[in-house]
Amino acid sequence: MDIRRLFSGNVSISEIHPAKIILAVFLIAYPSFTSDFFTFQIGAYSLILGTIALSLMMLAGYGGMVSLAQMSAAGFSGYIMAIFGENSVSVMGFGWPWWLTIITAILCGALFSTIVGAISVRTEGIYTIMITLAIAVAFFYFVRQNYHIFNGFTGFAGIEPPKLFGINWRDPVPFYYLTLFMAAFFLWAVFHCSRSTFGLGIQAIRDNPRRMRALGYHVGWHRITAYFFSGLIAGTAGVLLVWFNGRISPGSIGVEVVIDILVIAVVGGIRSPIGPFLGAIVFVLLENFAIDLIDRERFNTVIGLVFLLVVLFSPDGLLGLWNRIYPKIRFRRSVRTNGGRTQWDDSVSSGSFKTVNQ
Amino acid sequence: MLVMLKKTMATALLLSLANLAIAQGTIKMGALATLEGAFTVLGEDGMRGVKMALNEFNYSVGGKKIQLITGSSDASPDSAIRAARKLVEQDGVQVLVGPLSGSEGLAIKDYAKTKPNVTFVNGTSAAQDTTLRKPAENFFRFSTDGAQWMAGLGEYAYNVKGYRSVAVLAEDYSFPYTQVFGFLEPFCRLGGKSSIDARFWVPIGNKDYSSVIAALPDDVDAIYVALGGADSVNFLTQYEQAGGDLPLVGGSITVDQSVLGSKGRTRKFIIGTPASGPISDTWNDPRWNKFVADYKKQFPDGFPSPSLFAHGYYVNTKAALLGLQNVGGDLSDGGKKLRQSLSSLVFDTPTGMVSMDERRNAIADIFLTEVIEGPGGNLVNKTIEVVPQVSQTFGLQYEDFLKYGQVGRENPRCE
Amino acid sequence: MLRFIERHTFWAIIIVLAAAILLLLIFSVWPEWLISAIGRKKTFVITLLNGITLAGLYFLVASGFTLVFGLMRNVNLAHGSMYLLGAYIGYEVSERSGSWFLGLTAAFFAIALSGFLLQTLVFRRMEKEELRQTLVTIGISIIAADLMLAIWTGTTYQFTPPDWLWGSSVLPIISVIKASGTVIYLKYPIYRLTVLAVAVLVGIALWLFLNRTKIGMMIRAGVNDRDMLSASGVNIQLVFAIVFAIGAGLAGFAGVIGGTALSIAPGEDIRYLLASLIVVIVGGLGSVAGVAIGSLLIGLAEQFGLAYFPTYGVVLTFLIMVVVLAIRPQGIMGER
Repeated sequence: MDIRRLFSGNVSISEIHPAKIILAVFLIAYPSFTSDFFTFQIGAYSLILGTIALSLMMLAGYGGMVSLAQMSAAGFSGYIMAIFGENSVSVMGFGWPWWLTIITAILCGALFSTIVGAISVRTEGIYTIMITLAIAVAFFYFVRQNYHIFNGFTGFAGIEPPKLFGINWRDPVPFYYLTLFMAAFFLWAVFHCSRSTFGLGIQAIRDNPRRMRALGYHVGWHRITAYFFSGLIAGTAGVLLVWFNGRISPGSIGVEVVIDILVIAVVGGIRSPIGPFLGAIVFVLLENFAIDLIDRERFNTVIGLVFLLVVLFSPDGLLGLWNRIYPKIRFRRSVRTNGGRTQWDDSVSSGSFKTVNQ
Repeated sequence: MLVMLKKTMATALLLSLANLAIAQGTIKMGALATLEGAFTVLGEDGMRGVKMALNEFNYSVGGKKIQLITGSSDASPDSAIRAARKLVEQDGVQVLVGPLSGSEGLAIKDYAKTKPNVTFVNGTSAAQDTTLRKPAENFFRFSTDGAQWMAGLGEYAYNVKGYRSVAVLAEDYSFPYTQVFGFLEPFCRLGGKSSIDARFWVPIGNKDYSSVIAALPDDVDAIYVALGGADSVNFLTQYEQAGGDLPLVGGSITVDQSVLGSKGRTRKFIIGTPASGPISDTWNDPRWNKFVADYKKQFPDGFPSPSLFAHGYYVNTKAALLGLQNVGGDLSDGGKKLRQSLSSLVFDTPTGMVSMDERRNAIADIFLTEVIEGPGGNLVNKTIEVVPQVSQTFGLQYEDFLKYGQVGRENPRCE
Repeated sequence: MLRFIERHTFWAIIIVLAAAILLLLIFSVWPEWLISAIGRKKTFVITLLNGITLAGLYFLVASGFTLVFGLMRNVNLAHGSMYLLGAYIGYEVSERSGSWFLGLTAAFFAIALSGFLLQTLVFRRMEKEELRQTLVTIGISIIAADLMLAIWTGTTYQFTPPDWLWGSSVLPIISVIKASGTVIYLKYPIYRLTVLAVAVLVGIALWLFLNRTKIGMMIRAGVNDRDMLSASGVNIQLVFAIVFAIGAGLAGFAGVIGGTALSIAPGEDIRYLLASLIVVIVGGLGSVAGVAIGSLLIGLAEQFGLAYFPTYGVVLTFLIMVVVLAIRPQGIMGER
């Protein structure tokens, strides 16, 4: 939805797809009919993971660069929050004002992502996965071994959001709305950016870098800028993650978590910004309730199987699956052609999985 | 997506209704151990200890039934917090026993402060700061910490074994720091030396000790090794292979049952290695023998002898149950009476009397052991001495003990 | 080699000088000033040997990885799981049968079979979709790691190799001459020297296979141009399957060899996968010579890091990788 049209008052409510309205109402009213556990552990956590996966999706789906270091960027921003803000382990904790710490943390997350981008900008496809995985692991080891700055294996605890306007933002309901706002904002931002000149440029670079170079685009800088933006997203999600857990330690950014983010993004669907959130909800629900349905200990097998099945049979993730089933259910309703409700024909929602490095 | 969410919400609603129905005459107890990842076998043994204690009370106390709900972590603090949240906030447990590992304990202590109406009892986590610095009012540790586990070993190494200088080899995180502190502090006070260059802190999960072995000095009398489990097995094998011949001094999990009984060539060269910890496999005391017999009867597929994890979880669960018994199972006041009862609890365990200090840490007996060749040619730990009633501050005043500083790579300096 | 000396005379002189200094360091008795500068000779020489033998192990693991990539452009991120599965299978077979060598061969063939099946049943349908293949291997590795944990639990297993491969040997290198005049020689584990020998043998065998056999010729041709090879009438799917089988088999074989040196436990799969990744990134994907150079660099860096800078040594290998990437992204011996 173009922001100019939103402000110009020319948008009518009938132009928005009804499913989106239902979803928005559901999400806003969610805490009113669920327990605190569901609001916080399931709702807020899915939104945070979904946002980190969104930063990965933005690079992978739109940019063709699968960077596994997004979780590390989020973790780095979380660590900065602990180092420059307040923490309860008496290591670092400079006690900067909350607004300054948040801005620093987000920018540091973006900086981390940009550096990763700069290192891997000359690589493509598979090489990018390998190199970003290695960087993520190197960061994990460094953070685990360093006690002076990062407090090693123990990590930091006692990191809390500031109490503003008399609300304790760590309580389940306010925190949920905070994460919902952040997720909605970034979702809108990524959607909007994908239609902007920059976004279209990135997608064109994904499809054919040589052509873009011939057209005069500086491919390297475009890619690094994309990393920067996705770093902003990951950094913000990292701040919320560290508030959610109340702590951060090397375990939060280890190999398993890094791969989990990839699993979430791929299972949800790497072609549309909603995909990561879908994947995150599936992941979090499985993680919490696998013990009641199947053996808790084999959670990894279950999630691995889901991931494998998705990649084998529906490479666009669950969203791609939905996109293919939905037209079959739709045939009863008449197709309304105004307002852009027919299936868009671009690669974002057409459900075809073009490989990213041909 | 909507459909799936509706389904899960319906299940959750049903479950919570069911929970409400049983809630009236039941006490919910949660048990948290490392049932995932590489420490699964240790966590399973911990759970056996919990079940042994519950069996003694027949799963009921004060006329109410006890419902045990298990939670699992993988030794990382984040997973422990997630599991604890699920147990406390979703399943509604009123007493939580756990966790297993040191760093998890530090995290759970912080979490406990946010849930003042739930009573948290330790599993086997043994980091010092869990109760020494900024303790939580509702976190009780009826097992001893890693430094307490080293009581008597430093003096034994200096006085009986005659070592005057040692090198140190341990993993680079809080539990080994605590163990090294517990060993070196008395050793150095008596006049022993351990230079900072002779301390080797290896990254966790490091399998290759060959270069560290090469860097070990030859001009020391012994090497204090505070590795555990797989790392210890690897080190001992590689040390023998590299032709190392310095005597060793062991930490609490360096030469315990899991290491001595592991498959592979019998390592004769560790006969004579002293170590210390909260249990000793071969202590000839009727209470311990009964505990071992009960363990073997209830769990024929467990270890040959209960590990310190089964023991720790058993003692802590038993304490929680005794406390519940004392208040008649009444948790209507958010557990206040229970916690009061626990703070002053004194009871007998398979390894001696246990009582609480003012920061809710255990005062208990510690066992000094040495590796010998048992009947049948396998290696076992012989009890040399029982150090009675060791407290967290080793008998010093709290403020004086704090002066030693937090455990770390260079504490104590001891040059 | 003569051509190399002619073309890069400066670098040739540097390399020969460096080799000479190294040999001098190894075989002479160190004077006091050297010992106070960089520590004892024993530490240096043993760390050097450890680095070289570890490089041998890494070569064994990573050569399969690079072969599969070179020909099929498939980054097999389940390579680590194959290593670990090979180790477990080798352990079970050698325990039941009492023969370590039987375990070794069983591991090779079992994992080779699994590689063959994977290629023919799964990857064949995903030709030219490399990202998707990689994602599939990630999924397989997640499931495999969890199932192996379920079957073999978290206990550490150790092999029992034959006695003549075990124990420590005395090397003809002087460690130190004591004040009393007695000469102390260095002791070194026999098994690690065996690992090095096996790696060298496998390296030679691979080279012979690739350069002196018909199939090897086909493989090299396929690395250069897959479509042309298939157009010239070769059954390319069979070649792919054979190469995947060999690559996987090598991983399983390395699993038993490495598992004997360093024991088997969950988590080894990720460790060796990362090691292979770094080795081939540094050495260059698709090149066996690159793997040899890369594993030497990384093995030495890791061991010297552990011995001399234990706190951050573990980050050293990644640092090397980043530097190589910055200067030469395709790796030392890689071609784009």
